[in-house]
Amino acid sequence: MLWKKQIPLAITFIMGLLFGIQYFVPHRISENFFQGYLDWAVVIGIFASVLAYISFYRAHGMRIKKKAPAWPYSLIAIAMSLIMALFGFIQGREEGTVFMNMFTYVLVAIEGTMFSLLAFYIASAAYRAFRARSVQATALLLAAVIVMLGRVPLGESISFWHKIWPSLPTFTGIANWILTVPNMAAKRGMGLGIGLGIMMLSLKIVLGIERSYMGSGD
Amino acid sequence: MIQIDRRIIYLIIALSMVLPFFFQMGLPIPITKEVKDIYDYIETLTPDDVVILSGDFTPSVSPELSPMFEALFRHCLKKNVKVIAMSLFIQGPGLLAPIIQEVATDYQKVNGVDYAFMPWVVGWHIVVINMMEDITRAFPTDYYGTNISELPIFQGIHNYEDYDLVVSFTGSSAYSTWLVYGHEPYGVTLATGVTAVSAADLYPYIQSGQFIGMLGGLKGAAEYETLIDEKRMATMGMEAQNWAHVVIILFIIIGNIGYLAMGKKR
Repeated sequence: MLWKKQIPLAITFIMGLLFGIQYFVPHRISENFFQGYLDWAVVIGIFASVLAYISFYRAHGMRIKKKAPAWPYSLIAIAMSLIMALFGFIQGREEGTVFMNMFTYVLVAIEGTMFSLLAFYIASAAYRAFRARSVQATALLLAAVIVMLGRVPLGESISFWHKIWPSLPTFTGIANWILTVPNMAAKRGMGLGIGLGIMMLSLKIVLGIERSYMGSGD
Repeated sequence: MIQIDRRIIYLIIALSMVLPFFFQMGLPIPITKEVKDIYDYIETLTPDDVVILSGDFTPSVSPELSPMFEALFRHCLKKNVKVIAMSLFIQGPGLLAPIIQEVATDYQKVNGVDYAFMPWVVGWHIVVINMMEDITRAFPTDYYGTNISELPIFQGIHNYEDYDLVVSFTGSSAYSTWLVYGHEPYGVTLATGVTAVSAADLYPYIQSGQFIGMLGGLKGAAEYETLIDEKRMATMGMEAQNWAHVVIILFIIIGNIGYLAMGKKR
Protein backbone atom coordinates (compact mmCIF):
# COMPACT_ATOMS: atom_id res chain seq x y z
CA MET A 1 0.00 0.00 0.00
CA LEU A 2 2.84 2.38 0.91
CA TRP A 3 4.59 1.83 -2.45
CA LYS A 4 1.43 1.80 -4.50
CA LYS A 5 -0.44 4.66 -2.86
CA GLN A 6 1.27 6.91 -0.32
CA ILE A 7 4.62 7.27 -2.08
CA PRO A 8 3.15 8.10 -5.56
CA LEU A 9 0.77 10.58 -3.91
CA ALA A 10 3.65 12.19 -1.99
CA ILE A 11 5.79 12.43 -5.18
CA THR A 12 2.88 14.02 -7.07
CA PHE A 13 2.23 16.54 -4.29
CA ILE A 14 5.89 17.51 -3.79
CA MET A 15 6.67 17.78 -7.51
CA GLY A 16 3.44 19.70 -8.19
CA LEU A 17 4.35 22.17 -5.47
CA LEU A 18 7.98 22.49 -6.62
CA PHE A 19 7.04 23.10 -10.26
CA GLY A 20 4.41 25.62 -9.19
CA ILE A 21 7.05 27.56 -7.24
CA GLN A 22 9.71 27.09 -9.91
CA TYR A 23 7.56 28.71 -12.60
CA PHE A 24 7.27 31.97 -10.67
CA VAL A 25 10.79 32.14 -9.15
CA PRO A 26 13.51 33.23 -11.61
CA HIS A 27 16.44 32.12 -9.40
CA ARG A 28 19.55 30.09 -10.33
CA ILE A 29 18.49 27.17 -8.09
CA SER A 30 15.05 27.19 -9.67
CA GLU A 31 16.54 27.21 -13.20
CA ASN A 32 18.95 24.37 -12.38
CA PHE A 33 16.07 22.35 -10.98
CA PHE A 34 14.14 22.87 -14.23
CA GLN A 35 17.13 21.93 -16.39
CA GLY A 36 17.50 18.76 -14.33
CA TYR A 37 13.86 17.98 -14.97
CA LEU A 38 14.33 18.42 -18.73
CA ASP A 39 17.17 15.87 -18.77
CA TRP A 40 15.21 13.45 -16.60
CA ALA A 41 12.09 13.81 -18.74
CA VAL A 42 13.97 12.64 -21.86
CA VAL A 43 15.25 9.57 -19.98
CA ILE A 44 11.78 8.82 -18.60
CA GLY A 45 10.31 9.27 -22.08
CA ILE A 46 12.74 6.74 -23.57
CA PHE A 47 11.92 4.21 -20.85
CA ALA A 48 8.22 4.84 -21.46
CA SER A 49 8.80 3.94 -25.13
CA VAL A 50 10.39 0.65 -24.04
CA LEU A 51 7.35 0.06 -21.84
CA ALA A 52 5.10 0.69 -24.86
CA TYR A 53 6.94 -2.01 -26.86
CA ILE A 54 6.67 -4.49 -23.98
CA SER A 55 2.96 -3.70 -23.65
CA PHE A 56 2.45 -4.11 -27.43
CA TYR A 57 4.14 -7.54 -27.56
CA ARG A 58 2.43 -8.68 -24.36
CA ALA A 59 -1.07 -7.68 -25.51
CA HIS A 60 -0.71 -9.26 -28.95
CA GLY A 61 1.14 -12.27 -27.54
CA MET A 62 -1.79 -12.95 -25.19
CA ARG A 63 -4.25 -12.69 -28.09
CA ILE A 64 -2.26 -15.28 -30.07
CA LYS A 65 -1.90 -17.57 -27.05
CA LYS A 66 -5.65 -17.47 -26.31
CA LYS A 67 -6.56 -17.73 -30.00
CA ALA A 68 -8.76 -14.66 -29.52
CA PRO A 69 -11.00 -13.56 -32.46
CA ALA A 70 -8.88 -12.23 -35.37
CA TRP A 71 -5.68 -13.43 -33.64
CA PRO A 72 -3.79 -13.86 -36.96
CA TYR A 73 -3.75 -10.05 -37.23
CA SER A 74 -1.83 -9.94 -33.95
CA LEU A 75 0.69 -12.36 -35.44
CA ILE A 76 1.07 -10.09 -38.48
CA ALA A 77 1.46 -7.02 -36.23
CA ILE A 78 4.26 -8.67 -34.23
CA ALA A 79 5.98 -10.11 -37.31
CA MET A 80 5.89 -6.79 -39.19
CA SER A 81 7.19 -4.79 -36.23
CA LEU A 82 10.12 -7.21 -35.86
CA ILE A 83 10.86 -7.30 -39.61
CA MET A 84 10.84 -3.49 -39.86
CA ALA A 85 13.05 -3.14 -36.77
CA LEU A 86 15.45 -5.79 -38.11
CA PHE A 87 15.85 -4.10 -41.50
CA GLY A 88 16.13 -0.73 -39.78
CA PHE A 89 19.05 -1.97 -37.68
CA ILE A 90 20.76 -3.78 -40.59
CA GLN A 91 20.34 -1.28 -43.46
CA GLY A 92 19.43 1.98 -41.74
CA ARG A 93 16.60 4.28 -42.86
CA GLU A 94 17.96 6.03 -45.93
CA GLU A 95 15.90 6.31 -49.11
CA GLY A 96 15.65 3.01 -50.95
CA THR A 97 16.26 0.78 -47.93
CA VAL A 98 13.76 -1.98 -47.08
CA PHE A 99 12.77 -0.09 -43.91
CA MET A 100 11.97 3.13 -45.80
CA ASN A 101 10.20 1.25 -48.60
CA MET A 102 8.02 -0.57 -46.07
CA PHE A 103 7.34 2.74 -44.32
CA THR A 104 6.46 4.64 -47.50
CA TYR A 105 4.68 1.99 -49.53
CA VAL A 106 2.99 -0.04 -46.78
CA LEU A 107 2.52 1.95 -43.57
CA VAL A 108 1.88 5.38 -45.14
CA ALA A 109 -0.43 3.86 -47.77
CA ILE A 110 -2.41 1.85 -45.20
CA GLU A 111 -2.84 4.77 -42.80
CA GLY A 112 -3.76 7.16 -45.63
CA THR A 113 -6.32 4.69 -46.95
CA MET A 114 -7.88 4.16 -43.53
CA PHE A 115 -8.30 7.90 -43.00
CA SER A 116 -9.64 8.47 -46.52
CA LEU A 117 -12.49 6.03 -45.80
CA LEU A 118 -13.92 8.87 -43.72
CA ALA A 119 -15.06 10.60 -46.91
CA PHE A 120 -17.28 7.63 -47.76
CA TYR A 121 -18.69 7.30 -44.26
CA ILE A 122 -19.32 11.05 -44.00
CA ALA A 123 -21.22 11.04 -47.31
CA SER A 124 -23.34 8.09 -46.23
CA ALA A 125 -23.91 9.48 -42.72
CA ALA A 126 -24.75 12.97 -44.05
CA TYR A 127 -27.36 11.48 -46.39
CA ARG A 128 -28.96 9.40 -43.60
CA ALA A 129 -28.66 11.66 -40.55
CA PHE A 130 -28.45 15.30 -41.67
CA ARG A 131 -32.18 16.05 -41.57
CA ALA A 132 -34.09 19.31 -41.04
CA ARG A 133 -35.99 17.88 -38.06
CA SER A 134 -36.12 21.12 -36.04
CA VAL A 135 -35.18 24.80 -36.31
CA GLN A 136 -31.79 24.11 -34.67
CA ALA A 137 -31.10 21.13 -36.95
CA THR A 138 -32.03 23.26 -39.99
CA ALA A 139 -29.68 26.06 -38.87
CA LEU A 140 -26.88 23.52 -38.42
CA LEU A 141 -27.63 22.00 -41.81
CA LEU A 142 -27.58 25.36 -43.58
CA ALA A 143 -24.35 26.40 -41.84
CA ALA A 144 -22.74 23.08 -42.83
CA VAL A 145 -23.78 23.45 -46.48
CA ILE A 146 -22.54 27.06 -46.66
CA VAL A 147 -19.20 26.18 -45.02
CA MET A 148 -18.77 23.17 -47.32
CA LEU A 149 -19.37 25.36 -50.37
CA GLY A 150 -17.27 28.19 -48.96
CA ARG A 151 -14.29 25.91 -48.43
CA VAL A 152 -13.99 24.91 -52.10
CA PRO A 153 -13.31 27.07 -55.21
CA LEU A 154 -16.71 26.19 -56.66
CA GLY A 155 -18.43 28.15 -53.87
CA GLU A 156 -16.79 31.36 -55.06
CA SER A 157 -17.54 30.64 -58.71
CA ILE A 158 -21.26 29.99 -58.21
CA SER A 159 -21.84 33.11 -56.07
CA PHE A 160 -23.45 34.88 -59.06
CA TRP A 161 -25.10 37.56 -56.91
CA HIS A 162 -21.65 38.90 -55.97
CA LYS A 163 -21.08 39.82 -59.62
CA ILE A 164 -24.34 41.80 -59.72
CA TRP A 165 -24.04 43.35 -56.23
CA PRO A 166 -20.35 43.26 -55.21
CA SER A 167 -21.25 44.40 -51.69
CA LEU A 168 -22.97 41.07 -51.02
CA PRO A 169 -20.64 38.35 -49.74
CA THR A 170 -19.83 35.18 -51.67
CA PHE A 171 -20.17 31.68 -50.20
CA THR A 172 -16.52 31.99 -49.14
CA GLY A 173 -17.29 35.27 -47.37
CA ILE A 174 -20.33 33.86 -45.58
CA ALA A 175 -18.40 30.72 -44.59
CA ASN A 176 -15.59 32.88 -43.20
CA TRP A 177 -18.09 34.92 -41.22
CA ILE A 178 -19.61 31.72 -39.75
CA LEU A 179 -16.14 30.50 -38.78
CA THR A 180 -14.84 33.78 -37.38
CA VAL A 181 -17.94 35.01 -35.54
CA PRO A 182 -20.43 32.42 -34.21
CA ASN A 183 -17.96 29.52 -34.39
CA MET A 184 -15.22 31.50 -32.68
CA ALA A 185 -17.56 32.70 -29.95
CA ALA A 186 -18.59 29.11 -29.19
CA LYS A 187 -15.01 27.83 -29.37
CA ARG A 188 -13.79 30.57 -27.05
CA GLY A 189 -16.44 29.74 -24.48
CA MET A 190 -15.58 26.06 -24.72
CA GLY A 191 -11.86 26.86 -24.52
CA LEU A 192 -12.32 28.88 -21.33
CA GLY A 193 -14.39 26.09 -19.80
CA ILE A 194 -11.81 23.44 -20.76
CA GLY A 195 -8.98 25.63 -19.43
CA LEU A 196 -10.69 26.07 -16.08
CA GLY A 197 -11.43 22.34 -16.01
CA ILE A 198 -7.76 21.49 -16.63
CA MET A 199 -6.71 23.85 -13.82
CA MET A 200 -9.19 22.28 -11.42
CA LEU A 201 -8.17 18.74 -12.39
CA SER A 202 -4.46 19.58 -12.03
CA LEU A 203 -5.07 21.00 -8.57
CA LYS A 204 -7.10 17.93 -7.60
CA ILE A 205 -4.30 15.62 -8.80
CA VAL A 206 -1.60 17.58 -6.94
CA LEU A 207 -3.67 17.58 -3.75
CA GLY A 208 -4.39 13.85 -4.07
CA ILE A 209 -8.15 14.27 -4.46
CA GLU A 210 -8.21 12.87 -8.00
CA ARG A 211 -6.48 9.47 -8.00
CA SER A 212 -7.85 7.66 -11.02
CA TYR A 213 -4.49 8.09 -12.82
CA MET A 214 -3.07 5.54 -10.33
CA GLY A 215 -5.33 2.93 -11.88
CA SER A 216 -6.61 1.62 -8.57
CA GLY A 217 -10.18 2.78 -9.05
CA ASP A 218 -9.93 5.18 -6.09
CA MET B 1 -35.37 8.54 -52.30
CA ILE B 2 -34.82 8.04 -48.57
CA GLN B 3 -33.17 4.65 -48.98
CA ILE B 4 -30.32 4.76 -51.47
CA ASP B 5 -28.04 1.74 -51.19
CA ARG B 6 -24.86 2.82 -49.43
CA ARG B 7 -22.75 1.08 -52.08
CA ILE B 8 -24.18 3.50 -54.68
CA ILE B 9 -23.25 6.42 -52.40
CA TYR B 10 -19.71 5.05 -52.04
CA LEU B 11 -19.40 4.59 -55.81
CA ILE B 12 -20.58 8.14 -56.59
CA ILE B 13 -18.22 9.58 -53.96
CA ALA B 14 -15.32 7.55 -55.37
CA LEU B 15 -16.06 8.77 -58.92
CA SER B 16 -16.45 12.38 -57.75
CA MET B 17 -12.99 12.21 -56.20
CA VAL B 18 -11.13 10.25 -58.88
CA LEU B 19 -12.48 11.82 -62.10
CA PRO B 20 -11.45 15.43 -61.29
CA PHE B 21 -7.81 14.32 -61.29
CA PHE B 22 -8.22 13.55 -65.00
CA PHE B 23 -10.60 16.39 -65.95
CA GLN B 24 -9.41 19.59 -64.27
CA MET B 25 -11.71 22.61 -64.29
CA GLY B 26 -9.02 25.03 -63.12
CA LEU B 27 -11.34 27.14 -60.98
CA PRO B 28 -9.69 30.15 -59.30
CA ILE B 29 -8.82 29.57 -55.63
CA PRO B 30 -9.80 32.56 -53.44
CA ILE B 31 -7.15 33.51 -50.90
CA THR B 32 -8.21 33.86 -47.26
CA LYS B 33 -6.69 36.38 -44.86
CA GLU B 34 -5.27 33.71 -42.53
CA VAL B 35 -3.18 32.24 -45.36
CA LYS B 36 -2.17 35.59 -46.85
CA ASP B 37 -0.89 36.76 -43.44
CA ILE B 38 1.62 33.87 -43.29
CA TYR B 39 2.71 34.51 -46.88
CA ASP B 40 3.16 38.23 -46.21
CA TYR B 41 5.16 37.53 -43.07
CA ILE B 42 7.57 35.20 -44.88
CA GLU B 43 7.87 37.77 -47.68
CA THR B 44 9.32 40.22 -45.14
CA LEU B 45 12.06 37.77 -44.04
CA THR B 46 15.66 38.07 -45.21
CA PRO B 47 18.36 35.40 -45.85
CA ASP B 48 19.61 35.90 -42.26
CA ASP B 49 16.27 34.86 -40.82
CA VAL B 50 15.30 31.40 -39.60
CA VAL B 51 12.00 29.59 -40.01
CA ILE B 52 11.23 26.37 -38.17
CA LEU B 53 8.86 24.08 -40.07
CA SER B 54 7.58 21.36 -37.78
CA GLY B 55 5.70 18.57 -39.58
CA ASP B 56 3.87 17.27 -36.53
CA PHE B 57 1.74 14.70 -38.30
CA THR B 58 1.29 11.00 -39.00
CA PRO B 59 0.70 9.28 -42.38
CA SER B 60 -3.09 9.36 -41.93
CA VAL B 61 -3.26 13.14 -42.39
CA SER B 62 -0.21 13.42 -44.61
CA PRO B 63 -2.20 13.95 -47.87
CA GLU B 64 -3.68 17.11 -46.32
CA LEU B 65 -0.62 18.43 -44.50
CA SER B 66 2.37 17.40 -46.63
CA PRO B 67 1.40 19.84 -49.45
CA MET B 68 1.30 22.67 -46.87
CA PHE B 69 4.74 21.77 -45.58
CA GLU B 70 6.06 21.56 -49.12
CA ALA B 71 4.54 24.91 -50.16
CA LEU B 72 6.04 26.77 -47.18
CA PHE B 73 9.39 25.02 -47.57
CA ARG B 74 9.45 26.05 -51.24
CA HIS B 75 8.58 29.65 -50.35
CA CYS B 76 11.34 29.85 -47.72
CA LEU B 77 14.00 28.35 -49.99
CA LYS B 78 12.90 30.61 -52.84
CA LYS B 79 13.43 33.58 -50.51
CA ASN B 80 16.78 32.12 -49.33
CA VAL B 81 15.44 32.06 -45.77
CA LYS B 82 17.11 29.44 -43.54
CA VAL B 83 14.85 26.53 -42.61
CA ILE B 84 15.01 24.04 -39.77
CA ALA B 85 12.69 21.13 -40.60
CA MET B 86 11.62 18.80 -37.82
CA SER B 87 8.74 16.80 -36.37
CA LEU B 88 7.39 16.15 -32.88
CA PHE B 89 5.94 12.85 -34.17
CA ILE B 90 8.00 9.69 -34.56
CA GLN B 91 6.66 9.04 -38.08
CA GLY B 92 7.20 12.67 -39.13
CA PRO B 93 10.84 12.58 -40.30
CA GLY B 94 10.08 9.59 -42.56
CA LEU B 95 7.28 11.57 -44.20
CA LEU B 96 9.26 14.77 -44.54
CA ALA B 97 12.53 13.28 -45.83
CA PRO B 98 11.42 12.76 -49.47
CA ILE B 99 9.76 16.21 -49.62
CA ILE B 100 12.85 17.92 -48.25
CA GLN B 101 15.10 16.08 -50.68
CA GLU B 102 12.91 16.92 -53.69
CA VAL B 103 12.45 20.61 -52.85
CA ALA B 104 16.13 21.10 -51.93
CA THR B 105 17.15 19.55 -55.28
CA ASP B 106 14.70 21.82 -57.16
CA TYR B 107 16.22 24.96 -55.62
CA GLN B 108 19.79 23.59 -55.47
CA LYS B 109 20.04 24.10 -51.73
CA VAL B 110 22.53 22.33 -49.48
CA ASN B 111 21.69 20.44 -46.30
CA GLY B 112 23.41 21.95 -43.29
CA VAL B 113 24.02 25.24 -45.10
CA ASP B 114 20.66 26.47 -46.41
CA TYR B 115 18.45 24.19 -44.36
CA ALA B 116 18.71 21.56 -41.63
CA PHE B 117 16.65 18.45 -41.01
CA MET B 118 16.32 17.29 -37.42
CA PRO B 119 15.55 13.79 -36.13
CA TRP B 120 12.66 12.77 -33.88
CA VAL B 121 13.30 13.20 -30.16
CA VAL B 122 11.02 11.88 -27.43
CA GLY B 123 8.64 14.26 -25.58
CA TRP B 124 6.75 17.08 -27.30
CA HIS B 125 7.07 19.77 -24.65
CA ILE B 126 10.59 18.74 -23.68
CA VAL B 127 11.74 19.21 -27.28
CA VAL B 128 10.06 22.62 -27.56
CA ILE B 129 11.42 23.89 -24.22
CA ASN B 130 14.93 22.63 -24.99
CA MET B 131 14.79 24.24 -28.43
CA MET B 132 13.79 27.55 -26.88
CA GLU B 133 16.63 27.37 -24.32
CA ASP B 134 19.39 25.84 -26.46
CA ILE B 135 18.86 23.97 -29.72
CA THR B 136 21.90 21.73 -29.17
CA ARG B 137 20.22 20.36 -26.03
CA ALA B 138 17.18 19.35 -28.07
CA PHE B 139 19.08 18.01 -31.08
CA PRO B 140 22.73 17.08 -30.57
CA THR B 141 22.80 15.69 -34.15
CA ASP B 142 20.75 16.22 -37.31
CA TYR B 143 18.61 13.56 -39.05
CA TYR B 144 21.65 12.21 -40.87
CA GLY B 145 23.68 11.83 -37.67
CA THR B 146 25.98 14.85 -38.13
CA ASN B 147 26.82 16.82 -34.99
CA ILE B 148 24.91 20.09 -35.39
CA SER B 149 27.87 22.13 -34.17
CA GLU B 150 29.60 21.02 -37.40
CA LEU B 151 26.79 22.40 -39.60
CA PRO B 152 27.35 25.96 -40.89
CA ILE B 153 23.64 26.84 -40.66
CA PHE B 154 23.77 26.63 -36.86
CA GLN B 155 26.43 29.32 -36.55
CA GLY B 156 24.27 32.06 -35.10
CA ILE B 157 21.29 29.87 -34.26
CA HIS B 158 21.18 29.10 -30.57
CA ASN B 159 17.80 29.68 -28.98
CA TYR B 160 14.38 31.33 -29.25
CA GLU B 161 15.90 34.74 -30.00
CA ASP B 162 17.13 33.37 -33.32
CA TYR B 163 13.83 31.91 -34.56
CA ASP B 164 11.83 34.33 -36.69
CA LEU B 165 8.86 32.05 -37.26
CA VAL B 166 7.71 28.60 -36.16
CA VAL B 167 5.06 26.82 -38.22
CA SER B 168 3.50 23.64 -36.85
CA PHE B 169 1.66 21.45 -39.36
CA THR B 170 -0.61 19.12 -37.45
CA GLY B 171 -3.80 17.12 -37.34
CA SER B 172 -3.66 16.94 -33.55
CA SER B 173 -3.19 19.36 -30.65
CA ALA B 174 0.58 19.64 -31.27
CA TYR B 175 0.09 23.32 -32.19
CA SER B 176 -0.87 23.95 -28.56
CA THR B 177 2.51 22.56 -27.41
CA TRP B 178 4.24 25.28 -29.44
CA LEU B 179 1.75 27.81 -28.09
CA VAL B 180 2.09 26.90 -24.41
CA TYR B 181 5.84 26.17 -24.30
CA GLY B 182 7.12 28.33 -27.18
CA HIS B 183 4.97 31.40 -27.73
CA GLU B 184 3.72 32.18 -24.23
CA PRO B 185 6.97 31.98 -22.20
CA TYR B 186 9.44 32.98 -24.95
CA GLY B 187 7.35 35.08 -27.34
CA VAL B 188 8.23 33.11 -30.47
CA THR B 189 6.13 34.04 -33.53
CA LEU B 190 3.82 31.18 -34.46
CA ALA B 191 1.75 30.07 -37.44
CA THR B 192 0.06 26.78 -38.09
CA GLY B 193 -1.24 24.46 -40.77
CA VAL B 194 -4.02 22.15 -39.63
CA THR B 195 -6.46 19.64 -41.08
CA ALA B 196 -9.78 21.09 -42.27
CA VAL B 197 -11.59 19.37 -39.41
CA SER B 198 -9.38 21.10 -36.80
CA ALA B 199 -9.39 24.53 -38.45
CA ALA B 200 -12.50 25.73 -36.62
CA ASP B 201 -10.67 25.33 -33.26
CA LEU B 202 -7.91 27.76 -34.24
CA TYR B 203 -9.83 30.98 -34.88
CA PRO B 204 -9.77 32.24 -31.25
CA TYR B 205 -5.94 31.96 -31.25
CA ILE B 206 -5.68 33.84 -34.55
CA GLN B 207 -7.90 36.68 -33.40
CA SER B 208 -5.89 36.97 -30.17
CA GLY B 209 -2.69 37.23 -32.23
CA GLN B 210 -1.12 34.10 -30.74
CA PHE B 211 -0.90 32.67 -34.26
CA ILE B 212 -0.15 35.08 -37.09
CA GLY B 213 -2.09 32.91 -39.53
CA MET B 214 -3.35 29.47 -40.42
CA LEU B 215 -3.52 27.11 -43.37
CA GLY B 216 -6.77 25.18 -43.00
CA GLY B 217 -6.97 21.83 -44.76
CA LEU B 218 -6.12 21.12 -48.36
CA LYS B 219 -7.66 24.46 -49.35
CA GLY B 220 -5.12 26.30 -47.20
CA ALA B 221 -2.33 24.42 -48.97
CA ALA B 222 -3.88 25.16 -52.39
CA GLU B 223 -4.15 28.86 -51.48
CA TYR B 224 -0.49 28.92 -50.54
CA GLU B 225 0.48 27.15 -53.76
CA THR B 226 -1.46 29.85 -55.63
CA LEU B 227 0.34 32.61 -53.71
CA ILE B 228 3.82 31.24 -54.47
CA ASP B 229 2.73 30.39 -58.03
CA GLU B 230 3.63 26.70 -57.68
CA LYS B 231 0.41 24.80 -58.39
CA ARG B 232 1.00 21.23 -57.31
CA MET B 233 -0.71 18.41 -55.41
CA ALA B 234 -2.98 20.57 -53.23
CA THR B 235 -4.35 22.51 -56.21
CA MET B 236 -5.05 19.23 -58.01
CA GLY B 237 -6.63 17.81 -54.87
CA MET B 238 -8.94 20.81 -54.54
CA GLU B 239 -10.71 19.77 -57.74
CA ALA B 240 -11.52 16.41 -56.14
CA GLN B 241 -12.57 18.08 -52.89
CA ASN B 242 -14.74 20.48 -54.90
CA TRP B 243 -16.84 17.68 -56.34
CA ALA B 244 -16.83 15.55 -53.18
CA HIS B 245 -18.38 18.50 -51.29
CA VAL B 246 -20.94 19.05 -54.05
CA VAL B 247 -21.91 15.35 -54.04
CA ILE B 248 -22.28 15.32 -50.23
CA ILE B 249 -24.46 18.45 -50.40
CA LEU B 250 -26.59 16.80 -53.09
CA PHE B 251 -27.01 13.72 -50.91
CA ILE B 252 -28.06 15.93 -47.98
CA ILE B 253 -30.64 17.67 -50.22
CA ILE B 254 -31.95 14.34 -51.61
CA GLY B 255 -32.16 12.88 -48.10
CA ASN B 256 -34.12 15.90 -46.87
CA ILE B 257 -36.50 15.91 -49.83
CA GLY B 258 -37.21 12.24 -49.10
CA TYR B 259 -37.60 12.98 -45.40
CA LEU B 260 -40.07 15.84 -46.04
CA ALA B 261 -42.03 13.75 -48.56
CA MET B 262 -42.30 10.90 -46.04
CA GLY B 263 -43.43 13.36 -43.37
CA LYS B 264 -46.23 14.70 -45.62
CA LYS B 265 -47.40 11.15 -46.44
CA ARG B 266 -47.63 10.35 -42.73
